[in-house]
Amino acid sequence: MKSTVIKSPADRELTNYVSFSQSVRNSLTMAYRGLLKIRRTPEQLFDVTFQPILFTLMFTYLFGGAISGDVKSYLPVIIPGILVQTVITTSIVTGVQLREDMDKGVFDRFKSLPIARIAPLAGALLADTIRYTIATGLTFTMGFIMGYRPDGGLGYVVISGLLVIVCSWAISWIFAFFGVIARTASSVQGISMIVLFPLTFLSNAFVPVKTLPDWLQWFVKFNPISHLVTAVRDLANNATIGWDPAISLIGAAVIVAIFAPLTVRAYMRRT
Amino acid sequence: MKQVQSRIIAPDNGDLAVEAHALVKTFGDNRAVDGVTLNVRAGSIYGVLGPNGAGKTTTIRMLATLLRPDAGSAKIFGHDVVKEPQIVRQLIGVTGQYASVDESLSATENLVIFSRLLGLGRAEARHKAVELLEEFSLTEAAKRPLKKFSGGMRRRLDLAASLIAQPPLIFLDEPTTGLDPRTRNQMWETIRRLVKTGSTVLLTTQYLQEADELADRIAVIDRGRVVAEGTADELKTSVGSSSLQLRIQNPQDIQDARQTVERVLMVQSAVSPEGGKITAPMADADRVTDLLIAFRETGIQLAELSVQKPTLDEVFLTITGHGVKEDAAKEMDETDEVRGIKQ
Repeated sequence: MKSTVIKSPADRELTNYVSFSQSVRNSLTMAYRGLLKIRRTPEQLFDVTFQPILFTLMFTYLFGGAISGDVKSYLPVIIPGILVQTVITTSIVTGVQLREDMDKGVFDRFKSLPIARIAPLAGALLADTIRYTIATGLTFTMGFIMGYRPDGGLGYVVISGLLVIVCSWAISWIFAFFGVIARTASSVQGISMIVLFPLTFLSNAFVPVKTLPDWLQWFVKFNPISHLVTAVRDLANNATIGWDPAISLIGAAVIVAIFAPLTVRAYMRRT
Repeated sequence: MKQVQSRIIAPDNGDLAVEAHALVKTFGDNRAVDGVTLNVRAGSIYGVLGPNGAGKTTTIRMLATLLRPDAGSAKIFGHDVVKEPQIVRQLIGVTGQYASVDESLSATENLVIFSRLLGLGRAEARHKAVELLEEFSLTEAAKRPLKKFSGGMRRRLDLAASLIAQPPLIFLDEPTTGLDPRTRNQMWETIRRLVKTGSTVLLTTQYLQEADELADRIAVIDRGRVVAEGTADELKTSVGSSSLQLRIQNPQDIQDARQTVERVLMVQSAVSPEGGKITAPMADADRVTDLLIAFRETGIQLAELSVQKPTLDEVFLTITGHGVKEDAAKEMDETDEVRGIKQ
């Protein structure tokens, strides 16, 4: 502005199309914004720090004796279960924060910029993988402190952790969708809990499936969360890669394929 | 003067920066924008003048691709806002009424992120941020979180963020509402400098004085419609360059007094409903002398007399035949709906 004369519109290269590489670049920039925000307000990491510690302690000592006879033999069962439950619950916060964020004026600017429409959403979701990473790390650490020694070794534990993070990121698109369509942040929390509670508890995360009534077994076996839990158990405890990781990843891809476009469309309409 | 300057520098003067035709936007039962037609020449400052809730913000949001018009069409430098939104976004900068910057980040971080989004490299983005902060005298506050910024600083940062891509068209939605007079003058200076580089500026305002100071052309908007359009001079002539207000001692004389006013000033007068106050536009404040002599001759006794610059209220009264205030209740509704998401 100081010296330069503004280029006239006729001299500009204009395109009404956003390339894939630009979408990725925009999303990464938005993810960087998300990370900066987390750094500025570290108190928003409160839930991902305390929930893994609290839940792991609570559920292990509560159910350990009843289900596996003692706490030590319950650990290989419960740690993968609690890991999946905790990390996925954490992804609700993504939707809630997105709702709060969208109420601020800065989203108007994002909408008026020539950037990929998906970027503000994808970036926020991407930045939140840092939260899942913290939750994953803390859950395994808690398990280790309580005596959990996964036979799969560190490598497979890391792979199982990554699998959970990727799947939670995919699931967070569902909550992002709620975040975009809901009127208030607290209603996002409410809807998401209703969806999530049956999904995480009606799975093989905490109890052996054999103990359940037939009709419930059918649901539990069908529940994608069960497949993810099984995948983590196989990886961390036995160092085996069965069909379950593949099923989990396919499920994750399907969720993103459905909910990402839905969310972006709802986001675009909501002005 | 302003016009002449911009005419020399503006690269494509003949072109229209904004071409809006019969724009309509309805929120529920409320037709917030009800057929607005605007033509803004490239390289000029265009003022949209109107009270709160007249439809100014809604109009800007439609032109800036933030809101889809229900009817009508709009083109920015020849590109349709509905069919080619991504092109339009490459040509505009928007500074909203509510600061559109990230509260939890610092000024530098804000500018760097917007620059990166607009395709600047890492080093370029930093450089641009430093340059803009300096230009808007925000360097000292660069690292502070915005929560500690004053209203004026926030507006300046907001405007700086709109200028990163050097867009040829800039929308400013009430750029000085809520600013103190000194900061307001700084903002005016900045807007004038912008136009000298060849930008087109479309600004909304509630203040006639602001439109008068800045705009080459003004559209007066009321209840979602353009009720008058022209240069500041043309508008002012229609309401007089100053406004006469007088109250007489004896209410029975009010008709005589009005006749005298209309005879001497050769204009239409109006009586304010609340207290028998006569108002009339005046082309020339000196004419008040003639008027006072006429009053002495007819024996009408004055209680109070003043000559003021016309206010938006009077522009409105003259143009629309109704005042600004009676719409207040309706306006609140509309502002709420425009910001509906924010609840």
